[in-house]
Amino acid sequence: MITTIQIIVLVFVVFAASRVILRAKDKKISVTELFFWLAVWAGLTGVVFFPELTAPAAAFLGVGRGIDVIIYMSIGLLFYLIFRLYVKIEELQQDVTAVVRKEAIDRKKKK
Amino acid sequence: MKTFIVIAAFNEEKKIGKVLDSLLAEKCGNIVVVDDGSADNTAKIAESKKVHVLKHSLNRGQGAALKTGIDYALQEGADIIVTYDADGQFLPEDIEKVVAPVKRKEADIVLGSRFLGKAVNMPFSKKIVLKLGVLVVLLLYRIKITDSQSGFRALSRKAAEKIKLTTDRMEHASEFFWEIMRNRLKYKEVPITVIYDDYSISKGQKWTKSIELGLKMLFRRFLM
Repeated sequence: MITTIQIIVLVFVVFAASRVILRAKDKKISVTELFFWLAVWAGLTGVVFFPELTAPAAAFLGVGRGIDVIIYMSIGLLFYLIFRLYVKIEELQQDVTAVVRKEAIDRKKKK
Repeated sequence: MKTFIVIAAFNEEKKIGKVLDSLLAEKCGNIVVVDDGSADNTAKIAESKKVHVLKHSLNRGQGAALKTGIDYALQEGADIIVTYDADGQFLPEDIEKVVAPVKRKEADIVLGSRFLGKAVNMPFSKKIVLKLGVLVVLLLYRIKITDSQSGFRALSRKAAEKIKLTTDRMEHASEFFWEIMRNRLKYKEVPITVIYDDYSISKGQKWTKSIELGLKMLFRRFLM
């Protein structure tokens, strides 16, 4: 018996995975990142179609339901990824400033 | 002693000419204008005066522009560096007041305070935000000052070399306090006059920005 949510998730996963593969083809992301994201989406599919898979993890961690474990972990992962993005953007900003600064000073000195 | 006055300017064509003339008339030192990627004639006007003009090809924020000016002044052999605003809120005769304690070696960094001095026509909302800023600086950095967001400062060469400004946008004012604490610099506040008019008020920060600023300071203090 396939539920509606399983169909929705499947469609979304196919879409998301296709994006990942396209990005990898364009060499916008590395092979490691390709496998990381494919594993994330494959994992999601597995969990949605076989929720009982998460039961051992739930029992081990002492969380009531398997699906809750997934949700807690997803939120944790999301926060971590956002933090990494934040730091990366900040670094990029500082790099841009350093280049602009060097160029401004060099241009002044040449005159 | 070689004094450099560093001014960060972003779209200040209406005021920059007058501000530079008033500084040149005061003969208080070399003037460095950092045009922070302005879209107007700021750089052109500055270049018509007897000042050093550096141009950022992209707008990087006031903190970034000041740092560029400070780096340049250090390379040109500055002994004292003054940071000054481009919007005409400060009085050139106050420069001597902020520079004096550095010259006498009483302080590595001198901060001009509008609350010790005079704040002409300051909007009430601005006053509240600034006073909250004072509290935040006291709580986070254990530095007791009366004006947390003053752009009028004098730095000794030693202080200018030690202070690392990494935040590009407006947070640089609070970053100075962080750097004062980190480097254990001797600091002093002196009274200055700040004049508010419609122009400077419209150019100033919105109070919502100040909340963002406070959060960033917290983040930086405890997480970075």
